[in-house]
Parts: sequence; C-alpha cells; structure tokens
Amino acid sequence: MPAQFLINVFIALLWTLISDEDELSFTTFVAGYLVGIVIVFLMHRFFGERFYLSRFFSLIKLLLIFNRELILSAKVVLGHIIRPKIKFKPGLFKYETALRGDWETTALALLVMLTPGSVVVEVTQKGDAFYIHAMDVDQSKNALLRSLKRFEKAIMEVTR
Amino acid sequence: MTVDGTIEFIAALLMLSGAVMALLSAIGIMRFPDVYTRSHAGTKSSTLAVLLTLLGAFIHFASDQGFYSVRLLLGIVFVFLTAPVAGHVIIRAAYRANVKMSDTTIEDELKGVLQQVKQDAEADRTETGEIMSEDKKEELKHQEE
Repeated sequence: MPAQFLINVFIALLWTLISDEDELSFTTFVAGYLVGIVIVFLMHRFFGERFYLSRFFSLIKLLLIFNRELILSAKVVLGHIIRPKIKFKPGLFKYETALRGDWETTALALLVMLTPGSVVVEVTQKGDAFYIHAMDVDQSKNALLRSLKRFEKAIMEVTR
Repeated sequence: MTVDGTIEFIAALLMLSGAVMALLSAIGIMRFPDVYTRSHAGTKSSTLAVLLTLLGAFIHFASDQGFYSVRLLLGIVFVFLTAPVAGHVIIRAAYRANVKMSDTTIEDELKGVLQQVKQDAEADRTETGEIMSEDKKEELKHQEE
C-alpha cells in the first residue's frame, strides 16, 4: 500500500511540473493528486492489493451509517419520553461480537453507547462479548441487533 | 428567499431542534423509572442535542461572518469521545453496586455471571489496585507454584 501512495505523489509531482506554470503552486499539486487518485484506482488491481484509499472511504461510510442510526434511535427514545404513559420493558442481554482486538471492540462499544436506547454495561475480560442494557427489549431488540451487525460489518471494512 | 437567508434558516432550525432535544432528554431523566433507563435519556439524546446545536452555530458563523470555527467541530468530536465513556462507567458502577432495576425489566443475563466477571477483573489487579502487566502475572503464578 505505501507503493500506491508513492505512485500517487509521483503523478501529482509530474502534473505540477508538466503544467509549466510561472511558479510552483500547491493547488496544482492537489489537482494532480486528485488525477493521480483516479489513475491509481483504475490500476490498483495490477498491484494485487486493495486500493489504498478504500479504508478512508469505508471510514466515511461508517460515519454515515452511525449518523443514520443516531437519528433513527434518538427518534425512538424521544417518542418514549413524550408518551403520556411509560410502558417500555427494559432488559439486559448478552451480545457476542465477531470483532477482535482493542481497537475494534472499543469502536463498537463507543458506537453502541452513542446510539440512544442501548448502553454497554459490561465488557467481558477477553473483549469478545458485551452485556447491553436496552431500553425496550420487547419491541426493539431485533432492530438493535440489526444495527449492531451493521456497525460490526462497517468496522471490519475499516480495520481489516 | 435568498441563499443567505436559507442558510441562516437552516442554522436556526438546527439550533432550535438541538435545544428542543436537550429539553426532552431532561424531561426523560425525570420521568424514567430507574438509573439504567435514565442514562439512556441523559447521555444519549443530549449528545445528539450538542451535535445539532454546535453544527448550527458553526453554519451561522460560517455564513454570517465567513469565520470557519474549527473549535466548534472539535467540541463535537470531544463530546462524542467522552460522553459514552462517562455513561458506561456510571452504569457499570451502578450495576456493581447492586442498584435495583425497575420492576418492568424483563431480561437480565448479567445477573448470574456478575460474580465471575468481577473475579476476572480482580485477577488483573494487584492488592493496591494497579493493573498488572502480563509478565507480572506470570511471576505471581510461578510464586504460587
């Protein structure tokens, strides 16, 4: 992957020099870098590796997914708050995650905590399972599990 | 409506919805039955409220005065990093201190294994409460043998 980055910088440098402006300007370099991204993306399968910016793109995708979940579940929680009668059934359940390592489990725990309606109460010593307190197990456990799976997949795309 | 007016309107709308959300989560803290459900209202909805309010302020300053305040964006990032940690620690401490869950709770899978979880956590610490490294654990094991 460093090879792809170097080639991209090299293309940008060539672009700046070949443009033949009166003085070297940074904006031309950036434009060249953008052109280089396109070229490297089209050629990356000849290197036999992943495209080096694909991690960056999947990070952005993770952020978008997170924002969507944040807004959706905030709506659910706020709906419970303004209902005249409180009738949800909270509960604590175990969730076994396929993620491994400090960074991945921490990221998932952070995302779960930030989505309204779910709190991580305890993480097991090995970090392979969470105990999650959900606000409405009765109604929304399936939706919660689905969004957990979605987060997991998105995190894996970034880290692996 | 001009472009500037529209942007200003969006900024105002973001700030207003952030304020309403903060108010609702405050009401939620009052109304919910136990500490676990209260934390849902307290820590979570308010993160979204902070996000909306700061984003509105950012857009307002950017369009009104042409000033792109990076500090507001940094504020969002740090709230998002610290709020979940605080919420987790409070709830974990509450559970370990045996704070009762509300009567409507229908599921508690941690109940049976809490003792084991506590023991596992204590096995990692010295008598003074510091976290041990792997080498030190090995050493202790050898001493016991």
